[in-house]
Amino acid sequence: MESKREKILEVKNLKKYFYLGRNQTVKAVDDVSFDIYRGETFGLVGESGCGKSTIGRTIIRLYSATSGQILFNGEDVSKLKGEKRKQFNRKMQMIFQDPYASLNPRMTVGDIVAEGLDIHGLVSGDKRRETVVQLLRTVGLNEEHADRFPHEFSGGQRQRIGIARALAVEPEFIIADEPISALDVSIQAQVVNLMKRLQREKGLTYLFIAHDLSMVKYISDRVGVMYLGSLVELAESEELYAEPLHPYTEALLSAVPIPDPKIEKKRERIVLKGDVPSPINPPSGCRFRTRCPKVMDVCSEKVPVWQEVKPQHWVACHLYSTSDPS
Amino acid sequence: MESLLEVHDLHVSFDTYQGEVQAVRGVSFDVKKGETVAIVGESGCGKSVTAQSLMRLISTPPSRIKSGAILFRGQDITRFTEKEMQQIRGSEMAMVFQDPMTSLNPTMPVGKQIVEGLIKHHKVSRERAWEWATDTLQMVGIPSPESRMKQYPHQFSGGMRQRVMIAIALSCSPKLLIADEPTTALDVTIEAQIIELMKELQKRLGTAIILITHDLGVVAEIADRVVVMYAGKVVETGTVDEIFYRPRHPYTWGLLQSMPRLDQEKSRELRPIVGTPPELIHPPPGCPFVPRCKYAMKICQQEMPDMACPTLSHRVFCWLEHPMAPTVHFVRS
Repeated sequence: MESKREKILEVKNLKKYFYLGRNQTVKAVDDVSFDIYRGETFGLVGESGCGKSTIGRTIIRLYSATSGQILFNGEDVSKLKGEKRKQFNRKMQMIFQDPYASLNPRMTVGDIVAEGLDIHGLVSGDKRRETVVQLLRTVGLNEEHADRFPHEFSGGQRQRIGIARALAVEPEFIIADEPISALDVSIQAQVVNLMKRLQREKGLTYLFIAHDLSMVKYISDRVGVMYLGSLVELAESEELYAEPLHPYTEALLSAVPIPDPKIEKKRERIVLKGDVPSPINPPSGCRFRTRCPKVMDVCSEKVPVWQEVKPQHWVACHLYSTSDPS
Repeated sequence: MESLLEVHDLHVSFDTYQGEVQAVRGVSFDVKKGETVAIVGESGCGKSVTAQSLMRLISTPPSRIKSGAILFRGQDITRFTEKEMQQIRGSEMAMVFQDPMTSLNPTMPVGKQIVEGLIKHHKVSRERAWEWATDTLQMVGIPSPESRMKQYPHQFSGGMRQRVMIAIALSCSPKLLIADEPTTALDVTIEAQIIELMKELQKRLGTAIILITHDLGVVAEIADRVVVMYAGKVVETGTVDEIFYRPRHPYTWGLLQSMPRLDQEKSRELRPIVGTPPELIHPPPGCPFVPRCKYAMKICQQEMPDMACPTLSHRVFCWLEHPMAPTVHFVRS
């Protein structure tokens, strides 16, 4: 399996800084590298403000990277021009968090879904309507919905419309930025099952950004954990959840309540102290050191190296540093 | 044990241009001294309206308590005047809201916001109240409370603001704390801190808590008893063990099956509840869960089922409980 896996996306030393003026800079994403393989679901988790959405938006070029490279199918996305740029825009699509804000209220659902088709000139005339209806059926809506407006739909249905819009241009890669966090529990499962089915049928690759760790574990093949602009750990999802290495991952997993009272009553939780520091002035060395229960002297001095400590298991933590020269 | 709060057949409606929205349709439950009761359900099921009705915080019009009784320490507070309500609101029962960003006054230092309630209810001097408030801030785990007292809400993080909200709520040692989604707006690590804090404070102060949430994980962690609501009605109530291990209502089954669990293999398939909840402008005459229930029978559409009591603490509203109904077993995957 290892050798067959083809990289669809490579992120190399990506940095995205936002300049606030007065010499203040938010290092929203600071030196992040990871790969996504074709056909997999890559989960990105972390607390609010850790930079996970910024990564998604930078990959699809809604933001331009401060430095670093993003290779999509082997090509640097920031250098794409003309026809290639258009191809890229078609092959990569995004599903947004807020199903209420991400659909134009003045367009009919049919036009929303067909917008990509029109822009890329994929179908026209009678075929356009046919394609739209087909797409709506794929996501569990029907023909009559095409002539309605977004306000007539519930949150779960709107998210389905967002998915249909993304699918319209036959993408290879979809970035789903918290696609289910605005939905109710019973509706979340509907949308997740739909996304999984579409992935099987169309061979899609997903970057699934979320803060709900149980859902990310459920949907993802591999998971990256972010803290304050950096990746702290990356592994296959079963392994990450069974054997977290980074103290932050451990604390994050232990903080998630499990819907089972007997387990909950016995469980010892790691409760982190304090809050996430400001990304304007992050701590020196390891950024997690101010809240880390296993903090050492070296943590404030050096930034831990991002390294593969086990096959396919990456971590940035001094507890696992083997290559330290000191 | 003695009941602190009893809600009997509460009906709350909103008058809108489209008609009457029956948000709460006959809700009954009770809360005993010092226990934690969780009310769970999806958005729009009436759980927040129920909570706000208990504090008489819903504005009239558009909403009104149509019928029913809310007995707090034996007195029916639906008959209280606003003045009488103000006597107990904050001192006997207090509330923590979902959004710590908007529920504090941004133009007032937090200390002053805590002191407000103390002076009103306890008739203590400003100095004494200030000391008291500082101690409360300390109790909810805010470091250097003296200097924090003088700061404004925007100088606090989300988790810290929620701690301030809890400090305000607990400052007058209420008998009942109503927490409406207190951790929904917070990150998991901060959520863990707030839940720990609430558990610890409850142990220390013996406050009864009504926790409103849609997160069954939080329920499993903190609740003694659970009330499951759907479309303005209670569909099932029981102890936390009964609801999690011996649930009897198909909606409760659906909720438990549609959530992925961190401690489970991911091969387990999620089984979503198909469809969406009904509109409450024209609520169905029978069980509101019918269109989404795979065990629905003809009778379910016509009439609301009676209450069934499998045990002393367990109540279910489902036609499957009827002796003539077919037997259906819940398999927790």
